[in-house]
This record gives sequence, structure tokens and C-alpha cells, in this order.
Amino acid sequence: MTTTTAPRAPLIGSSPKRKEDGRFITGTGRYTDDINMPGQLHAAFVRSPYAHAKIRSIDSSAALAMPGIHAVITGEELKAAGVNPLPPGWLHPGIQIAEFWPLAVGQVSHVGNAVAAVLADSPALARDAADAVVVDYDEQPAVAEGVDALKPGAPQVHEKIPGNVVFRWALGDADATDTAMQGARSIVRQHLTNQRLIANAIEPRASLANYDVAADEVTLYVTSQNPHVHRLIMGAFVLGLPEHKFRVIAPDVGGGFGSKIFIYPEECVVAWASKSLGRPVKWTATRSEAFVSDAQGRDHDTHVEMAFDEGGKIVALRVRTVANLGAYLTLFAPAVPTYLYGTVMSGPYNIPAIHVEVTAAYTNTTPVDAYRGAGRPEATYALERTMDVAAHQLGIDGAELRRRNLIPKDAFPFQTAVALQYDSGNYEPALDRALAMIDYPQLRAEQAEGRTKGKYLGIGLSTYIEACGLAPSHVVGSLGAQAGLYESGVVRVHPTGKVTVLTGSHAHGQGHETTFAQIVAHELGCGIDDVEVVHGDTGRVPFGMGTYGSRSGAVGGAALFSAAQKVKEKGRKIAAHLLEAAPEDVDFADGSYFVKGSPGTSKAFGEIALAAYLAHNIPADMEPGLEATTFFNPANFVFPFGTHVAVVEVDVETGSVQLIRYVAVDDFGNVINPMIVDGQLHGGITQGASQALWEGAQYDSNGQLLTGSMMNYALPKAEFLPMFETDRTVTPSPVNPLGVKGAGEAGTIASTAAVANAVIDALAPFGITHLDMPLTPSKIWEAVNAARGGN
Amino acid sequence: MYPAPFEYHRALSVSEALALLAQYGDEAKILAGGHSLIPVMKLRFASPAHLVDIARIPGLAGITEGDGMIRIGAATRHADVVSSPIVRAKAPLLAEAASQIGDPLIRNMGTIGGSVAHADPGADLPAVMLALGATLVATSQAGSRTIAADDFFPDVFMSALRPGELLTEIRIAEQGAGAAYEKRADPASGYAIVGIAVQLASAGGTISSVRVGMTGLGPKAMRLAGVEAALEGQPVSGATADAAASRAAEGIMFIDDARGSAAYKANLARVHAGRAIARACERAASR
Repeated sequence: MTTTTAPRAPLIGSSPKRKEDGRFITGTGRYTDDINMPGQLHAAFVRSPYAHAKIRSIDSSAALAMPGIHAVITGEELKAAGVNPLPPGWLHPGIQIAEFWPLAVGQVSHVGNAVAAVLADSPALARDAADAVVVDYDEQPAVAEGVDALKPGAPQVHEKIPGNVVFRWALGDADATDTAMQGARSIVRQHLTNQRLIANAIEPRASLANYDVAADEVTLYVTSQNPHVHRLIMGAFVLGLPEHKFRVIAPDVGGGFGSKIFIYPEECVVAWASKSLGRPVKWTATRSEAFVSDAQGRDHDTHVEMAFDEGGKIVALRVRTVANLGAYLTLFAPAVPTYLYGTVMSGPYNIPAIHVEVTAAYTNTTPVDAYRGAGRPEATYALERTMDVAAHQLGIDGAELRRRNLIPKDAFPFQTAVALQYDSGNYEPALDRALAMIDYPQLRAEQAEGRTKGKYLGIGLSTYIEACGLAPSHVVGSLGAQAGLYESGVVRVHPTGKVTVLTGSHAHGQGHETTFAQIVAHELGCGIDDVEVVHGDTGRVPFGMGTYGSRSGAVGGAALFSAAQKVKEKGRKIAAHLLEAAPEDVDFADGSYFVKGSPGTSKAFGEIALAAYLAHNIPADMEPGLEATTFFNPANFVFPFGTHVAVVEVDVETGSVQLIRYVAVDDFGNVINPMIVDGQLHGGITQGASQALWEGAQYDSNGQLLTGSMMNYALPKAEFLPMFETDRTVTPSPVNPLGVKGAGEAGTIASTAAVANAVIDALAPFGITHLDMPLTPSKIWEAVNAARGGN
Repeated sequence: MYPAPFEYHRALSVSEALALLAQYGDEAKILAGGHSLIPVMKLRFASPAHLVDIARIPGLAGITEGDGMIRIGAATRHADVVSSPIVRAKAPLLAEAASQIGDPLIRNMGTIGGSVAHADPGADLPAVMLALGATLVATSQAGSRTIAADDFFPDVFMSALRPGELLTEIRIAEQGAGAAYEKRADPASGYAIVGIAVQLASAGGTISSVRVGMTGLGPKAMRLAGVEAALEGQPVSGATADAAASRAAEGIMFIDDARGSAAYKANLARVHAGRAIARACERAASR
């Protein structure tokens, strides 16, 4: 097989409209909740109103006496039936794992912890009966903040885990960092929090399980970003269902942002109940349930120390973080604040010595796991916010300080001080382009003039790198992952030349049905409508690791590209046989094979496909059929990078912020569909900006979620945002044959710091150098008012 | 997501609605646009046993004018208020404020009567009713009575409507152009963190009458008496606005809560009052 970088025309690099949008915008998508089965029961969950309590007893008798109620299931019942706790998938040395039962056993550890499941003839009856289940709770002291949980005498979240420490983890060279710090000209210190976020995919989680008695097979429809991973974890680790008797289908899924990677209690209960009762069982979360039961994101408390020499070059970086992981460990939770965080702490900078220490804490809150960017936005925010504090303190312009520290283009491959080797990069052109697009000197002049007239403009930069395309299996395995993160791709050519593509990636907004069709059609010389992309069904796709970590293009797309090349090569041999030429003398272009130098003598790809299946006239030593499978296992992460610039205007009389311009220059390597990449970027920028300005989960000290609805948890609206101005540089990744890098998370990773930096920059005349996010009007006004000597 | 069981009644006349209200008393709730009621029912914060739907009663929606008075049926949708030529010309403050309620979906369903009667402390229209000096018509089986807007909002989520009464009409005297609604919306809910509604009239460059309503910052919509007193008889100018706005927090006990400190809220009242008054003055002066 050849692994040459694909040419970038005609299909790869073009922007056909998304094939899937027809059904989405006409309401004919098929989501889990759209699927119904004869005789199905509906589940409703009894959830803890307390953040921490022991369960004295559960009385289901009143619920069971209500009409249309078929069962009430408890945690003890599941445990007795041999169901196991949900396991985390990444184990650090010394990690303390709290048992995460599908339904609480003995105690509840966060508000919303599922305690019992009611099965009824309708969702309304199930809800009524769930309200009639009487749980006798013995409320216990609770702790909500990670830092508080680690204090001596803090309430114990889990009795067997003293001090609430999940693990302590460190990366980098502590001694080298200490030494460099001691010799530094200046040290910039900043404490910052990266507040907790709630993912809020448009489609709430849902599941529908059906046990087929005749086949002895459970089929589970579920809102999953990775149905094969669901099947493996639920089947092998939680429920004990043999994989060949367990089919998981993730049909159309309305967004995930990470929250649908993980295996959740509810879907385990639904699958178990279906087999146990012999009836289909369905559950769809309400938005209120999503707020307390979907894994949440971020929640770091971080101290950064950045040391500089006299030339403004960083000589050392020390980062100490407390990560609040909530009450239980969901699938990726241990990896997010460690290997997806500490490993990118060098950012795009040449930092000779780095030491990162992370302490992960249990608290009486909803579990925290990957949320768009997962660790990398937290690292980027810590780094980029501190860069601005440093620029202010050192009296160097923020753009200049960043430029001085960027890894030069001739330094690649670049070994960072925190384990990763960046294989490629060229950072300065992106910075230059972004500054040119925003007209940086002119903007600084406008800012200076505005300040004399009471107009407070702020300019915020974020130069970032991202390690994505999860993940090189041997690398992550050596770091503690319990699985490598390759991807499978099948290209199946039918006798007529039409193509079905099977991918282990899963689209829930990413547009794979279009981009993957582009990759395969580009290789085979057909149209994208001749290629059907199948995903999300363990009964059809051989295996898959799913979609997260900006991996689908770089890993799943690469698998398909490679499989398409295998198909093309087999076709070449058949064509050579039919054209009575040597295979090396046969070329392929525009959907036809022909003998070099005589394009008149050709065989269309469809003719070759038919020949492959009719099989009476193919080389004698060749198997019939035309299909190829590739399991693509990347050799390294891919490393997108870029510079984002935000411009805000702050109304200091009210504290309100208007984001007035946003420029993003990114390097995603080769781009398959520029329109889709722009769309991903726009959504990502929006989510990141939203963290800076609007979003934030708040718990009170008793662990009650205060922001449990759309009425008080602010999600971004289009009217809050300016038109984004984007451009790209192109540095192809060397680790996959397409030369692509991930684009799904970059916007989120870069934009939080850019927008927060812009707001703080606007407030510089008041001597304000930092405020924690979200930068709400009241917070800004209080700071300005205090600076003005107000009351 | 699933409300507790309830019985649904579709009234096709005001008298039928009133009869149902009389029959079911406390167990009945009026359903109009449903945009405040249905969410709290889905969350099971409210579980009325009977819903009386008034949205299809002929004649309960619509906007007319005569004798210097605009009459708006209680079941009139916000979107219809916003686009009404009558309202835009003769009560522009109401059109301006109603255009900022929620989003287009909410404005297409929500009704003026529902919003006023619900008396949400963050709703836009109560402040506007106060600034316009509106008259609310309450109808029961005993007949109709009128309630001045000043008397309509006694406390948080409470109106002056008595059991068995239905808000049927809102009457607003024709107003001039000297009006403005200055709102800062909560980024999550869209409700007003603060909303200041100003309606003034001027003669010969002097403010002859003015009413200022405020919503969002307290338990209920209220008039800013100090501001009104400071404006009365003063020239229509920006300087007037600044001086008057400084009295916006006068006599009000703001409290610290998740939305901000008392000091911040007092500041918002002053700043937004100043901006609303300045804009109202500008508009009054340009006519």
C-alpha cells in the first residue's frame, strides 16, 4: 500500500453541501427517541435530592400498586443479579476507584444519583410512580468544591477513600524546574479557576433496549459517540452480556461534546431490564435530568508559576492543579486532567523545564469527564491567561512576548518537557496573519484613544497547539490507557460500482456522511452520492473506537483512505488482467483504469467491480469480491495550532461585555471540506467564548446545583456573537496519509483564553490583571467599582 | 417533562371561562400562551387539576382604538402587539418592550394578558404597564371592574386579580413619542435583569408629565417616584436625565443574590434609568 499524501483536488478540499442535512432540516432524522417498539415499557428514574446520604430503605409498594406499573428496580437487586459497577477506562498508579453502581447501593453521592428505576406502560405513568417510591435517606455532610474536599476534616465522599483523593499525578522534571526557577530573572504567579461546565447537547440522552428471545440477543439503541465502546464496556464489564449477543446502535445523535462518550447508569439499567422482563424498555432524559446526570466538564483550580529570563523567554513553568472529578469516575475522567492536560502544558512555546502536578478530588457533585477539548482547553487557558499576566508584569506587548517564545519552525520534531513530541509545526505565520487580519497596531491605537474618552476596548490573544487525533495506541497504552485508540474502516464496492463505507467513527454533528464520502469518492473517482457511509451500528461495522478527541478525520478518515487505496490496487490488478497489461503499466484517473500511454484502452471502475464479483475472468490466484478493511493505528497525535484574537468592548458603567470581533487563524493541515471545518470552528469558538463570558455550573456548599436549568445556566445565543473571521495556514500532518489534523475542538481550546484575555485587557486602566470566569457584568462592575474606590 | 395529570377545558367564550373558574376555584389555572405555566407544570412545581384554555375565545384577542384609548384583548400575542400599527404609533413604548420579550417563538405564543397577570418580577410588561398608566380590566361572573396598573402588582408573582376574575383587556391612553425601554436581559432566561420603561410628555421643551417603571431588580415591578419627581417640569435634555437618574435607587432596598450585590443593582437602576430617560428625551425632542 502507498501512503502518499493525497492530492487536494478535486473532491478533497472542496465543500459540497452536507449529505445528511436534508433529513435533519426536514425533520426526518431518526434519533433514539423516534424509535418505538411494540410492547415497550418506559423507564423513569428515582433520583437523590441530596448530595450525600445513606440509604436506609427503599419502599416501592405504593409505586407498584399504581396502574400500569410493571417493576421497580433497585441497586441491591442489580447487584444481587451480578451486575457490576461502571469502570473507568484509564488507571493511574494508586488510583482510588469508588464503586459506581448503575443504581445506588447503600449511599448516594450527588444530587441526581439514580436510586431506583420504575418501568411502566407510559412515560407519564412511570414518572408518577417514581414520585411514589419512598426512599428513606440519612443525609450526610457534603462537599462540592475540589479544593474544599482536600482540606483536612472535609466530609468524606466515599468512606473507603480517605481525604477524597482520587489520585496524585505529576509530569515533567521537578528538579530541573526548581533549578530554572531559582535562576530566573522574574517569576509570574497566577491563581485561576477553570469553572465547571454542563455540556447540554440538543438531544438529551436516550436509550431503548430490546431483548430478542429467539436469538437470545439484546439490541440497544443509545445516544452514544462510540457504540462499540458501549458494547464492550457494558457487555463485558457491567452486564455480562456476550458481545456476539449484544448489538449497540447509535442512530442519529443530536450532539455530544464528549458527554455521550461515557457509559451511563440509565442505559445499563434499560438493557438489563429488557432482558430481565422480556420487553423492550425505553428511557429519554428530561433536560432537568441532563443537568444533574450527564457528565460535566472542566472544574480546575490552578496555580501557575512562569519564570522568565531577562530577554522575556520562559525558562520554567510550574503548574499545580486540583481537578474536581465529582462523585464517581466515568470512562475517561482520570485521563482528562492528566494526559490530556499536562502533556500540552508546553503549548506552542519552547519551555525547557516544566513540572505539572495534579491532585484529583472526589466531591458530592455530578461526575466530571471530557467536555469539548477535554484537558487541552484547561491547559491552554492556564498558559495563555498567564502569558497575558506576564506581558503586563514584564512590560512587553502580549503578541511580542508570545512571538519570542514560539517554537521556531526549524526545531521540529520538537520534544517538549512534558512527554509529547510535536512532529510538525510552523507557528509564526499564523500569528502574523491573525495580527494582520485584525490590524493589530491600528487596533492598539484605537484602544489608547478610546480610553481617553471612556471607551474600553480589549484585545485578547491566544496562541495554541492541540494534541488530538486520539490516539497512538502504543503511546497511550504506556501511559496507562486500558485501550489503544485506532479506527476501523471498510470500503465495500458492490458489483455495480456503488460503494458502502463502514466506519467505526460516529457522527453526531460532524458531517462524516459527507466528508468520508468525499475521501472515498476522491480515491475511487466516483461521486459522493455513489458512496453510502454507515456508522453507529455494531451489527454492521466491524469495530470502532468512536468519535471524540478530534480523531475522526485523522484516524477514521485515514482508515477509509487506506482501505480505498487497497480497493483501488486490487482493481488495478483486475484491470491489468482484462487489459492484458502488467499492473504497473495500468493507471487510474477519472474513474477508469487504462494502460499508460493509451487512454483509449480503458476499463471503468464499475466494470472492474462487476468483474470482481462475476469472478470468471480475474487473475487465477485472486479472491473474488472488491472490499478492503483497514485498522488505522496512528504513530503519533496530530498537532493543530494557530492564533486567535478577540476584541471586546466593556461598558464599565454596567460591566457588560460585547464581543465585537473575532479572528481565528488555524492550521488543520490539509482540509477535506472547508465549509464543514469552518462550521466546526464556529461552534467551537462559540462554546469557548461562552465559558469566558456566560456559562458556569454553580453548586452551593451542600452540593445542590444552583444552575440546573436553561433559566439560570446561560448557553450562548447567536445574537451574542459577531461574525467570525477565519483563515488557515497549511502544514500537513506527517502521521496520516491524508495529512489532516483534527478541527473539532480547536475553536474551544483557543477561544476561552482569547476572550478572557480581551476582557482583562480592556480593564487594564483600572489596574485589574485577572478575574475568574465567567466574566459576568456584576463581577466586572464590582472590580471596576472597587478600583475606582467605590463602596 | 411530564406534568402531573390534569383536565383540559377549552373555553369558547368569556362567560364559559368564568363559569369554569367559578366551578373549579383554586384547582383551576388559566392557560393562554402557556409559556410561563407549562414549564412549571412540566417541572411539577405547579400541578393544577384543571386548565382553562382561553386562547381561542373569539374577541379576547385584538387591538382597537377610539376616543384616545387603545384597547388590547388579553389573549393578544406579543408578536401581534409588536407589529400593530396602532401600538407602534400610539404606544411605542409597549411595542419597543414587547419586541424584547424572549425570542420569536415565545412572542408568537405568549400573550400580553398572561404576561401581565403572571406578574413575574423579571417580566418586561409590568414595568411598561406602570409607565403607561395602563388600566387593566378584570371580569368575573359579577361583572367587570377596572384596576389601575399602579395597583395591579402587589407582590412577587401576585396580581390584584381576585379568585374567579379573568384579565380581559388592557387599556392604554394614547401616548407621544417620548418613550424608551432600556433592558439588560439575563443571558440564560432572557428575562430582564433590569428593565426601565419611561414615558414622558413635553410641552415647550419642558417635561409636563412622566412615569418611570422598573422591573427585574426587585420582587415586583415598581415606579421610580424619585426619578419622576426630579424630571417633572424640567427641560427635555441629557443633563436632566443624569440628574434624575441619580435618584433611581432612592428608597429601594436592593438585596444581594446570585445576580449581584445590592450596590450593583442600585447602580444598574441608575445607569439604565439615565439611558432610558436620555433616549426618551431625545425622541420627545425630535418630534
